[in-house]
Amino acid sequence: MGRITLEKLTKSYGSVEILHGIDLDIQDGEFVVFVGPSGCGKSTLLRQIAGLDKPTSGELKINGKLVNDVPAADRGLAMVFQSYALYPHMSVRQNLAFGLENARMPKAEIDSRIAEAARMLEIGDYLDRRPGQLSGGQRQRVAIGRAIVRNPTAFLLDEPLSNLDAELRISMRAELSALHQRLKTTMIYVTHDQIEAMTLANRIVVLRKGNIEQVGTPLELYNRPANRFVAGFIGAPSMNFLPGSILAVNLVDTVVTVLGEETLAVPRPAETAEAGEKITVGVRPQHIRLAGPGEDCIGAKVTLVEALGAETVVHARVSTGELLLAVLAGQHALSAGEDIRLTFDAKDLHLFGGDGLRIAGT
Amino acid sequence: MAGVVSFLTRRRGGDRWHWTDVATWVWLIGGLLIIFGPAVWLVLSSFKTPAALSAFPPSILPYVTQEVQVEGFDKPLPLYEVTLPDGTTAQMAEKRRVGVIAQMIDPKNPGEVVKVNIKDRKPVEMVEFATSNYTEPFLQFDFLRYLWNSVFVTVMATIITLIVNSMAAFALSKYKFKGRDLILLVIVGTLMVPLGVITVPLYSIISTLGLFNNLWGVILPTVATPTGVFLLRQYMLTIPDELIDAARMDKASEWQIYWRIVLPLSAPALAVLAIFSVVWRWNDFLWPLIVLSRSTAYTLQVGLNVYAGQLNVQWHYILAMTVVTMIPVVLVFVFLQRFITRGIATSGLK
Amino acid sequence: MSANIKRHRTGLGGIAFAVIRPVMSLIDIPLRALQRATGQGGMASFFILPNMAVFTIFVLIPFAINFVYSMTGGIEIFLNQRDFVGAEHYRDIFTCGSYLDPASCRRDGFWTAAQNTTLFVILQVTLLIIVSLITALILNRQIIGRSFWRAMFFFPVLLSPVVVGLIWRWILQRDGLLNFVLLEAFGAEQFNWLTDRTAAFAATIGVSIWAHMGFYTLILLAGLQAIPKDLYEAAEMDGTSKSRVFRRITLPLLMPNLIVVLVLALIKAVQVFDEVYVLTGGGPGTSTMYLVQYIYEKGFASELRNPGLAAAASIIMGAVLVVLTLMQMAASRRNEKKGER
Repeated sequence: MGRITLEKLTKSYGSVEILHGIDLDIQDGEFVVFVGPSGCGKSTLLRQIAGLDKPTSGELKINGKLVNDVPAADRGLAMVFQSYALYPHMSVRQNLAFGLENARMPKAEIDSRIAEAARMLEIGDYLDRRPGQLSGGQRQRVAIGRAIVRNPTAFLLDEPLSNLDAELRISMRAELSALHQRLKTTMIYVTHDQIEAMTLANRIVVLRKGNIEQVGTPLELYNRPANRFVAGFIGAPSMNFLPGSILAVNLVDTVVTVLGEETLAVPRPAETAEAGEKITVGVRPQHIRLAGPGEDCIGAKVTLVEALGAETVVHARVSTGELLLAVLAGQHALSAGEDIRLTFDAKDLHLFGGDGLRIAGT
Repeated sequence: MAGVVSFLTRRRGGDRWHWTDVATWVWLIGGLLIIFGPAVWLVLSSFKTPAALSAFPPSILPYVTQEVQVEGFDKPLPLYEVTLPDGTTAQMAEKRRVGVIAQMIDPKNPGEVVKVNIKDRKPVEMVEFATSNYTEPFLQFDFLRYLWNSVFVTVMATIITLIVNSMAAFALSKYKFKGRDLILLVIVGTLMVPLGVITVPLYSIISTLGLFNNLWGVILPTVATPTGVFLLRQYMLTIPDELIDAARMDKASEWQIYWRIVLPLSAPALAVLAIFSVVWRWNDFLWPLIVLSRSTAYTLQVGLNVYAGQLNVQWHYILAMTVVTMIPVVLVFVFLQRFITRGIATSGLK
Repeated sequence: MSANIKRHRTGLGGIAFAVIRPVMSLIDIPLRALQRATGQGGMASFFILPNMAVFTIFVLIPFAINFVYSMTGGIEIFLNQRDFVGAEHYRDIFTCGSYLDPASCRRDGFWTAAQNTTLFVILQVTLLIIVSLITALILNRQIIGRSFWRAMFFFPVLLSPVVVGLIWRWILQRDGLLNFVLLEAFGAEQFNWLTDRTAAFAATIGVSIWAHMGFYTLILLAGLQAIPKDLYEAAEMDGTSKSRVFRRITLPLLMPNLIVVLVLALIKAVQVFDEVYVLTGGGPGTSTMYLVQYIYEKGFASELRNPGLAAAASIIMGAVLVVLTLMQMAASRRNEKKGER
């Protein structure tokens, strides 16, 4: 069992409040990713859960039991650190055994757990080496192994892949995902990399300046971001934001105009907005395509073309000066300075009100 | 040979010799003489007999006059190279001396006495190390006890210094608590003010605690050295906090974190402090001089000073015991000087 | 030095670990209970406590009662047997016809020692820095066997003051090595170095430089080696003369280390005692009697013991040391600021 519940959790250092009342319910076996830009409080939040720091107010429960005052050692959690935090003076085996010895586990049990973890993570060959003699990827495995042998209620992972090179990061990501499938233990994972979040998470928690912006599955966040921040943060390249206004709100759709050039009927009726309201229209670069002849469109001037083979990334400037990014499938013979005509489907638009929140209903 | 010379005189880039190169080598060779000369002289002198020590001009090596056992005499007689009146020379033993005239005899023919002016004879000398200078003080005086006292003070003080200072440094580097900055300030503040300033009141405290004439009275005031806390703390600050967090997640108690994680990782700094502590405590003089007034409690340094201060200075013993006192420090120097010099260069502490 | 070290738990370390482990585990049992009761903050107090206790008893409290001491009179050691005399000792010390003439002072011993110490500090520190700097510059050159030479100059630093004092007493005596060398080289008369006032004073300076220069040389050498090589190369490209390179590059960049050396040497010189005490015993007469010896003798040794006076004298000396320490702090702070710029 590994259910973790946070209620109105706050944390202040001196007079500076880092976390402003976090409410979150993490189910047993869930893989939850905390994501957000640096300084958003995600690592602080993880340290409260771990017990390495004490919340200023609010409640923290593990399996329904209040643990605010329970020290880290007694929470039954295991943590993987960004720098791995392997004990440099101990061999890999001693690193793995350290926590178990502290729990006064019998020697035979320790050995069998280490053997099991070594098999699972394929680190058996270097159990007697020291961390200093291992590569980054190997250290990462040992750090995960140190958590696994503990058989914890939940795993806490603090940016565990950020010190690896790009290639290794992708393979370790897959392994972590597989590991979670196998162990079915609650995992809380902190990262600033939204791709990691999208690929690993059952649910993503987007944090910003000590507040939760949105909680949801990766596709919920991608398809229906709750506000401009989440919309811009999730998905790569970032969503384009263009000024627009609502022309009419009907029973089945909302008619908007973008940049005053293109008028589209978004097939979802807005609940809180009225005609004439100035809004921000968001559209993902992948949803922009070149307009066909006679199609309603937005005119733009190409500033940069990045031909990636499978797709072509086009940077273009619209008449009002906004920069627009389009990811076009396939290869296109475009060059800088060229005038192009861009368009998108009404269903792919995200409408945000003046307060930055998604307009309800759309 | 020419190769050796050209190697020794070789200069970077093959430049010709600049006057600064000459000055450099004059300085270095002069330094060699001035620095090692006295120490070597001390060692050589320590093997001389009292007679050789009082001779001027002194000899470099410890010479003694050869002696010979002659039939009819209980004690061995000194042997001389004598120039006989007929111009020949012979080795003869001195039987007796009256004024400038010595009565010499041939060791093989002790019956016949030849009278010789002492100008016409030279002692037959040979190099002999007077090891009794070393053995006798241990038997006659309490030097063995002084040695033991010094070893006890040095070892105990160093062990306690390491434990107490490393614990404090751990607290000051890895915890946040009220008053931490104040404690740090006090420690840094007293870094420079020596024990010498507070000898008078410290003496009364030691007396109150009943530690006068007690080796613990020498040990305890030195163990909370601010230098040690400062050195260790600076080093422990470089141990990542994540390691401590990891250990806490691994169910380690704070005490385990201290001795299983922080202590092993601070080994280099602990080694530097241990070496310093050994040298300091071995060499301590003023404070033991004040606390220890009973001769059975003397450390080597105090004992040496007391013997050197007596009216009838027995230099042959003093010099030998000075060499003995020097030995541990020379060993430390030979084997650990690289460690020490690096420690000083990085921490600027002594 | 970095915390990332490679060691192998074999041999001695392994044995030590096996021995220590059960002991430490035993200690851990009550400490875990303590940690449970007091939390992490309590453990911090536990770790700092032994050091603070010793520090308080043997440093802080003596510091505090030193002031009380200096205001009491008599020859007793224990405070409760001593009479309060107020600022009498200080008044006595500062009752002087002329501060430059110790004989005109009520406490002429103090002022003689103070005068000797001042002269000693000025001469010793100046010469010490010059000698150390020259040595450091030489050791910073491309010379064969550099680590040997560096170690050689450091050797006397480790010797105990008693050993240093005795070695030199042996060499400087009438029948000693120095007179022998002078006789061989110049045919000089035997001279009694340690019973001549000026010669004995000079000897204390020379011997203390001999004993300590290695330490300061190391600090200066570390500073010299920290100066980037490309600065010298750039200067060479510009055709700068060697003396100009020294004045415009080496000296300014070495300044932080020079300041550290200056202040440390000053603090150490003010406290000169051990090796001089063994070498000359303060004599001949009072010509090498320095402050710490004066305090020591007034406090413990002499027939006319006066611990209160000794305490007052030590406080005056302590004040001087505090000023010197503050100077170092200010100087190093100024240098740090310079470094930031």
